[in-house]
Amino acid sequence: MSSSNSKSVIVWVGGAAGDGIASVAETLAKACAREGLYTYAYNSYQSVIRGGHVYMQINISEKKVWDQGDLTNFLIALNLDTVKRHGKEVLPGGGVIYNKEKIKVEPSDLGTGVADYGIPSSTIAAKFGKSPVMQNTIALGALAFLMNFPMDAVAEVLTSTFKKKGDEVVNANVGAAKAGYDYAKENFKPSTYSWTLSKTHRMFMTGNQAIAFGALAAGCKFYTAYPMTPASGVLHWLAPRGHKYGIVVKQCEDEIAAMNMAVGGGHTGARSMTATSGGGFSLMTEAVGLAAMLEAPVVVANVQRGGPSTGLPTKQEQGDLFQVLGASQGDFPKIIIAPFTVEDAFYSTVECFNLADIYQCPVILLSDLQLSEHYETVDDLDFSKVKIDRGELIPTTATAEPGTYKRYKDTPTGISPRAIPGTPGHMYVAASDEHDEDGVVISDVFTDPVKRIVMMNKRMRKMDTALKALPKPQLIGPKDADITFVTWGSTYNVVRDTIQTLEKDGAKVSHLNIKYIWPFQAKEVGEILRSCKKTFIVEGNYTGQMERLVRQETGYSIHHHLRKYDGEPFGPEMVIKEAKLILKGSVKVSELAGVR
Amino acid sequence: MAETLDITKFKSKIAPDWCPGCGDFGVLTSLQKACTTLGLDPKDVVVVSGIGCSSNFPGFFGSYGLHTLHGRSVAVAQGVKFANPDLNVIMTGGDGDGYGIGIGHFIHAMRRNINVTYIVMNNQVYGLTTGQTSPTTELGIQTKSTPEGCIEVPINPIQLALVSGATFIARGFSGAQDLLAETMVKAIKHKGFSLIDIFSPCVTYNKKNTYPWFRERVYSLQEEKHDTSNFDVAMKKAEEWDTRIPIGVFYETTDQATYEDLEPAYKFGTPVKQKLGLGKDEITALVNSFK
Repeated sequence: MSSSNSKSVIVWVGGAAGDGIASVAETLAKACAREGLYTYAYNSYQSVIRGGHVYMQINISEKKVWDQGDLTNFLIALNLDTVKRHGKEVLPGGGVIYNKEKIKVEPSDLGTGVADYGIPSSTIAAKFGKSPVMQNTIALGALAFLMNFPMDAVAEVLTSTFKKKGDEVVNANVGAAKAGYDYAKENFKPSTYSWTLSKTHRMFMTGNQAIAFGALAAGCKFYTAYPMTPASGVLHWLAPRGHKYGIVVKQCEDEIAAMNMAVGGGHTGARSMTATSGGGFSLMTEAVGLAAMLEAPVVVANVQRGGPSTGLPTKQEQGDLFQVLGASQGDFPKIIIAPFTVEDAFYSTVECFNLADIYQCPVILLSDLQLSEHYETVDDLDFSKVKIDRGELIPTTATAEPGTYKRYKDTPTGISPRAIPGTPGHMYVAASDEHDEDGVVISDVFTDPVKRIVMMNKRMRKMDTALKALPKPQLIGPKDADITFVTWGSTYNVVRDTIQTLEKDGAKVSHLNIKYIWPFQAKEVGEILRSCKKTFIVEGNYTGQMERLVRQETGYSIHHHLRKYDGEPFGPEMVIKEAKLILKGSVKVSELAGVR
Repeated sequence: MAETLDITKFKSKIAPDWCPGCGDFGVLTSLQKACTTLGLDPKDVVVVSGIGCSSNFPGFFGSYGLHTLHGRSVAVAQGVKFANPDLNVIMTGGDGDGYGIGIGHFIHAMRRNINVTYIVMNNQVYGLTTGQTSPTTELGIQTKSTPEGCIEVPINPIQLALVSGATFIARGFSGAQDLLAETMVKAIKHKGFSLIDIFSPCVTYNKKNTYPWFRERVYSLQEEKHDTSNFDVAMKKAEEWDTRIPIGVFYETTDQATYEDLEPAYKFGTPVKQKLGLGKDEITALVNSFK
């Protein structure tokens, strides 16, 4: 949490959809990132293009920020609704910045110690053209003064953003921001903030962009998608780059096509990927099983949002874990990875492509709205970690005596050397029906229980092989911690934030994040958890899906949980509060925790 | 077409398990003849099917093959083609697979004019599931699921293809194999989406649309000097049914660009043949684009 004189600040920008909130927030966050500050920006939005209520929460600090924070120091309100909704969530010492010629703010709208930073923005904006979003730029300038942030840095970002639109637009925007800055300087009390600006230029990106960048770096050559929030960011980043890097980017008629096409592309030898959210993934599931049966490498990202059904299209949830675990009929090998930070989303995507090629099976990247859509400053990525491993792929120059190649050869690892169409002498049929080692269908006339078992075991053996090779889960923090957090996906971040606070208060805390969800590393996870004193899982769903998976796979019941399914992300305050109660011993241990 | 054509190259070691007399046998032989006539190398041919009697086709054909999900052959096949446009991609399936559950993919593939060939063995009934009504079952026909007779108007695949943007549209009859093989040669050679809807009688479940029923009615469009460049005439011809039924090529155009012509990513070459990974300069530029 931020307060005046500290080295961090939280800013919220709120208004109706279409008011230009994202551009104010992005300009601010980008300017901070370029000056060397860390930022984390979460957009709380609705499924409307115009109207509704939208607010962007931006957490800014000299040190790494893990989440959007709880309450705010400054609120830029672009309409009265924003003041009414959030005026009381501004911390004492902070203030509300708004156009006083457009909206009337009553003292009762604000909490005590919260300043009224009304600006005659309409009058000022008139000097810089007719665009109604110019008052946003004025507010941004005023904010720069109030948080004692260099105006030049804001001007620089505005200049680069509007460069394409010509000098006139650049000058108007920079002029409006400066006018806002000057107005604040003349009329408001001086800022109490001070910053040490390292000027380190860091990347500023979303989780979806990291996934898309990871796909590009991994050599994805075929990307299919049907538009769906919150996964469309991957499509939007790859689409304009397809023709620059030789990636066929295909928007399909539906998710069934997207997944089946990706399976076809993967089977043919192109690194192929699709992304969607839970609803689209429901349509894809039959083809997830197809990929497993054909032993076709394919990567599918499910960026979770609030369910069930159309649910909360623009809101956060981690409710699809059981959906992806159970996707498609029958038993088959699949790998599920949940990236947990923006950086990790990049590396995990690369890893997904390698695992898909190595184990010749569908690999599911399970992200969530918060991770995929929030913007964050990211330290430089390490490209030496980006390795491309195609697994046991037979070169297309190889030859074989026709009729001798066994595509689905039973091997000790379960992995069979893979030939792609176009390779001489290796012709085979990849069948959705159960088949023999050479690909011949054994489901109907040639039904053969013995061969069926051989083939089933061969495919499933790949999971044993994968389980041995996957990086092991690690406990972060002391072995004798008083409390151990368990997370998966984006909740990793709010827990890191929480742990910093708890440690400052003297608590001994450890943390187990589960990244490799399937095959589940039951032995390691069970051993780690059984060695802990008090275990506490934080996850964003109603039924505690990871908590139940851990119990199912390890027989260990986590002691405490905090679950959230209201659509908004966890803030650190609620996690800290619960952890403190658990530490004090005033929260009842889960009844199931006695079951060992 | 020469009678002595050696089609061994395109035969597989598996004998078809279709019912004796099934129309699909004729389709299989015709495609083997067509690929042989075209001098294709089996390694460069991928036959993709869905699920159904006719979808067992790839298993009986000597090339690369894919046997996919019910209704999804067209989607998977397009994935194959997008990834490697150098391959000859031929989709095989039935009327239930293509015009029922898979109709969405069928229509969108046609409007993309992607360079693939779709062979639909249309027997106007669901065979593998033992005789229910299909999207092309005639009005009034009794099936297991329509014991009082079918009360839905059948889909006209030729007209559907015409309005959906397919650029080569033909009909065949498995009882007229030479013409069928010739039509297949034209379809595979055609640049763009080609459809051959084939009357492939189901000897077990369709007691109306039988070999003799078709033999009495079919005539060759080409023998009657049909103008294959005329869209309106093709639409009209596709309406003929009860007494005279046309087979052969209805419509053909090369005026439309193919998907392959227009996809900008192909300037880097075939996706499966590209070198993977980013160069140092590319990495620097991409990283800076986020700053």
